[in-house]
Parts: sequence; C-alpha cells; structure tokens
Amino acid sequence: MSTLEVRNLYKIFGSSPKTALEMSQAGKAKDEILKETGNTIGVNDASFEVQEGETFVVMGLSGSGKSTLIRCLNRLQDPTYGEVLLDGKNIVELSEEELRHVRRKKMSMVFQNFGLFPHRTVRKNVDYGLEIQGVPEEERKEKAYEALELVGLKGYEEMTPAELSGGMQQRVGLARALVLDPDILLMDEAFSALDPLIKKNMQDELLALQEKVQKTIVFITHDLDEALKLGDRIAVMYEGRIVQIGTPEEILTHPANDYVRNFVENVDRSKVLTAESIMKKPLAVVDPKEGPSAALRKMKNEEISSIYVVDHKRRVQGVVDIADVKKLADKGEKSLKSILRKDFDTTSPDTTIVDLLPTAGTTNYPIAVVDESNKLLGLIVRVSVISGISRDGENNA
Amino acid sequence: MRSLTVIPQIPIGDGFEAIVSFLERYFGWLFEIVNVIIETSVDSFEWVLLLLPPLAVIAIVAVLAWKLGSKWLAVGAFIGLSLIYSMDLWESAVDTLALVLVSSLIALMIGIPIGILAAKKQRFGDNIVRPVLDFMQTMPAFVYLIPAIILFSRGAVAGSIATIVFAMPPVVRLTNLGIRQVPSDVMEAARSLGSTGKQLLLKIQLPIALPTIFAGINQTVMLALSMVVIASMIGAGGLGSDVRSALSRVDIGPGFEAGLAVVILAMLIDRITQSLSEKNGNG
Repeated sequence: MSTLEVRNLYKIFGSSPKTALEMSQAGKAKDEILKETGNTIGVNDASFEVQEGETFVVMGLSGSGKSTLIRCLNRLQDPTYGEVLLDGKNIVELSEEELRHVRRKKMSMVFQNFGLFPHRTVRKNVDYGLEIQGVPEEERKEKAYEALELVGLKGYEEMTPAELSGGMQQRVGLARALVLDPDILLMDEAFSALDPLIKKNMQDELLALQEKVQKTIVFITHDLDEALKLGDRIAVMYEGRIVQIGTPEEILTHPANDYVRNFVENVDRSKVLTAESIMKKPLAVVDPKEGPSAALRKMKNEEISSIYVVDHKRRVQGVVDIADVKKLADKGEKSLKSILRKDFDTTSPDTTIVDLLPTAGTTNYPIAVVDESNKLLGLIVRVSVISGISRDGENNA
Repeated sequence: MRSLTVIPQIPIGDGFEAIVSFLERYFGWLFEIVNVIIETSVDSFEWVLLLLPPLAVIAIVAVLAWKLGSKWLAVGAFIGLSLIYSMDLWESAVDTLALVLVSSLIALMIGIPIGILAAKKQRFGDNIVRPVLDFMQTMPAFVYLIPAIILFSRGAVAGSIATIVFAMPPVVRLTNLGIRQVPSDVMEAARSLGSTGKQLLLKIQLPIALPTIFAGINQTVMLALSMVVIASMIGAGGLGSDVRSALSRVDIGPGFEAGLAVVILAMLIDRITQSLSEKNGNG
C-alpha cells in the first residue's frame, strides 16, 4: 500500500509556462496572466495528501482543472512545477522506464469515456496491461476472469466492448485497472457518462468493492452528491486552485468561502449530516445516586420535561419523566431507580439524519447518541432533526 | 528600375533536368539495382502465372474469391477471367497483373511506413509529407514517364516506377488518417497502463486503424491499375500496349476488348481487396 502526496503542483498550458508560473507565484490572477502571456493555468498550486486506503475525491465544475490534476498524478500530462510523491518518490522526475513501471504496478486509471479497446474482446481489454508486461497467456486469462468476476461481468469475457451497455463498459474499465492490482486507483469522472440509476448502482458497488479491495482511490467528479457519497475527504477545486479540503461534513457545515457555500447549498443534507453533527451536549444528566430533588432542579433549570440518567462512566441507565420525579420527591424517596424508564431510543454518532427520521417521529424522549460501550455522547431533540435538514440549520440551532 | 518590375525567369525546368542527369551519372548503380529487383519480381510473377494453364489459374482465383468474399464474387471472377481468356488477352492480362501487383506492393512497402511516421510526427506529416503527396497526386501522370525513361530506360521497370510514384499517395494518406483517428481516450488508456511506444503502435494504433489502412491499400492498387495504359507509352507491356496500338490504328474492336479486360481486372482486384479489408475490420 502506498501514500500519495502532491506538493505545490502547477500545470500551465501555453508557449511560455515559465513566465506564467513566476507571475502566478507572484500572486497575479489567472485572467491577468492569460491576457499578458497567453498561457492558461490549469492547476494552480495544488497540495494535498492521500492516505492509504482512503477515497479522496476532487470535485469541481468543468474547467476547474480537476482532470488535468489527476493526469499529472500518472503523468499523462507533465506538471509544469511541483512534486507528486508516491511513497516519498517524486513521480515528476522519473525516467520513461520508471514511469512505465509505476503505471504498470502502482497506479491504474479509469476514464470517463471508458477508453476501451474496440478491437479486443472484453477479456483481452482487461488483460492488456498484463500482456504488455509479458505475463504468460494462461495466467493473464485467469487473472482477467477473476477481475471480471469481481466487477460482476462473469460470462461476458469473450464479447466485444461494443456489445455491452455503458455501465458494463465501465465495469470493464474498472476490471482493466484492478487486474494490475495497483495500490492507487485514479478515477476520472468514472461514472459521469452513465445514466443516473446505473450511476447510483456503480457508486454503491464501488463502495462495496472498496470494502473488499481497500485501494487508495483518487476520484474526480463534478457531482457533489457523488463526492459526498464516496469521499472520505473531498477537495473542492475552483479555477485551478484547491479551495477547501475536508470531510463531507466539514465541507457542508463549514464551507471555506462563498464558492463552496453556493456549491453545497442545494445538497440533500439529510443524507450526509450525521447524528454527531446535530446532537447537543447532554448537560442535564443525573447520576443514579443523585436524588429526585437534584433531578428536579436540573430539569427546571434547563426547562425540559425528561432527563437521562447515567452511571459514573456515563453509560446510559435510563430516562426519567418530570411527573414521576415530582411524585418521588413528594414521597421523600432518595433513589431514582424505581422510576427509570427504558423506552428511549438510541443511535450511533455516524447515523445519517435520513435514517433518524422514522425514530424522531415516534420517540417520546430526545434520542440518545451513544458509542459502542453505551456511553452517552449527546442528545438529539426532534426540532434539531428538522433544522439539520434545512439549509441553514446550523445557524438556527 | 526596369529590373524591379520584371520578375526574373527562374530556370526550374533546367534545374530539374540537371538533378535527373546528376542522379543518372552518380547513382546509376542504385537504379541498376532497383531495375534488377523490379524486373526479377515482375518476371517471376509472370512466369508463375503463365506456367499454369489459364483454366487452372482461373479456378484458383475463383476459389480465392469464394474464401475471401462470397459465392457471387467467385462466379464473377470465373466469368470475367474466362472472358479475358476467350478474347485471347490472357498473356497481356498476366503481364499487366504482374506489373500492377509488384508496383502496388512496393508502393505499400514504402507508403505505409511513411504514413505511420507522418501520424507519429505530426509536424513532419503536415509540413513535409502532405505537400509532397499533393505534388505526387496532381502532377499529370505522363510527366513521371520522362525521368523514368532516363533513369531506367524504356520497359516494364520504368512503367513500374512511374506507377509506384503515382499510386502511393492514398495509402500514405489513409494510414496517416487511420492512426490519427484512434480516439484520444483509447490512447490515454493504453498509455496509462504502461505501454511502450512500440506496443502502442502494434497493439493499439495499427489494429484500430486497419480498416482505414485497407481502404488506402485498395485505392493504391486501383490507381496502379489505372496507370497501365499510360505506362505502356514507355514500353510497359500488357493490356495497356494493346489499348495503345488499337488507338494508333484506330481499331475499335481490339481496343474495346483490351479496355474491357482492364475493367474486369480492376473490378476483381477491387472486390477482393475490399472483402479483405472487411474481414480485418471486423476481426
């Protein structure tokens, strides 16, 4: 497995990239440079790091430089300046032969328009990468069949690409990349050319596949929903620059600038935001040893009608209702044990809001957010579920 | 003042003449070698075809047409060739065929590599190969005959050389075009998998360009055949010289017969090379 790191990467198109690079590094704007030198800046000072096994999504609209950026990673385009470090080795400085080695063993790419070889069968498309390495026919065939089975194309091995649908063609593209068992998978708008439904299927399958193969993936897309769904982290690109890098939630809840804010405005937040991001700190919690009067006082202070009871390790014991507590206090009882109710709902911190909705509709108490050891992390009241979905939820809540 | 308004005469014709005589004087040995190679190839081709009885050759061609093309192509081949035989033009037709096939083969052997090079080095292709091809195609074919006679003297070889020059452009152009038309995403994919330049050419570009290249081969062979009558003016034998002698005697019957034989050969060669290209296009 490998890590990938990009440092201060520039790609400039035109006749005098050096001049344009200096101007850009001196802080001149893209338009200004284009006007003065006729050079276009494709990628402007991009730096990021991709962790082992991570799915790193680069998102931006067309012309934002994202496809150029990914092509600089395996040098389908040569960067003008900067470093691409694969396990600490700078790919930009590799010789032709070393670069071929990287392409054959370390990094494979999946393309938007598939890039299948029309004159070869599906199986021969997949085993091409092995064939050019001189792998014997039998072994090649075996590996190609395995890769095709992995992407769900068993039985289609001897057909030609033209006989397959778009989604199936892209599976061939994926198998062709996977058969080389690379550490890093580069996916350039891999699902963008597919119908919405097939696209969704492919996304789901990629996620499932990723569970199995655990590759480091750099995924390029212009589709925010896709980025949020697939990405462990997302880099947002605008005019050649990376304007923000963060987890899907960070991008949604703390957009770095107006561009990102506008971009994320229309997203279906309920599918991305999790319980953790809308829960509140459970201030009003009592220890079972505390008596009913202490509980009563806390509820009054917080203006709530029920309160959670936890043990000394903050593990949830139950919930008490204000009416029960009052009765108990009147009787002069010291322990809350007799009135502890167990009919509350719990959830884990990474549950998405959309999955919380049914619970939020029926529950009598705030939903308790707990970790694996049943430790109380926070509470979610019904109103914050609703405001979490709405656009500026974090401002009102 | 006067000299500014009058364009000086540039002796282009004289210059070309000087070049040709320079070539003749200092590279005569080279042309002699070429002469021997072409003459031997044409002669041995004729010898083989004339060794067998005409009916056997006709049968072989018909079977070939069946294998490569269709049943109807085989029937057409059989009728057409039998007609040539019955018109007593068999020997002339074989002469012509030998000349055409040898010339085409040489044109392809030179043309396809040039086409590949023109596609790989696009500036060389656009700035040098293209204008030269334009020149070769638009220069009246008769003009090629003159230097050909000087360098190779009258006969089949001079005719073959003129034919090669005249027939080569289509296969160069279409090889170039076919390779350039390979989709860029296919090329990118092949490169991203770690192909060497040679692997790109042999495993990706040429196979995908093959149908287009075959169209070029077909065109080159057809042009070579169309050159036979012209080449007969400098002593290349075959059907061309039959047409020419009929023309000089204003003899309509034999002229038409010889012309018809050319048409039959042309159609046969066209259909056979075409079905070859279809076969490869689908494979």
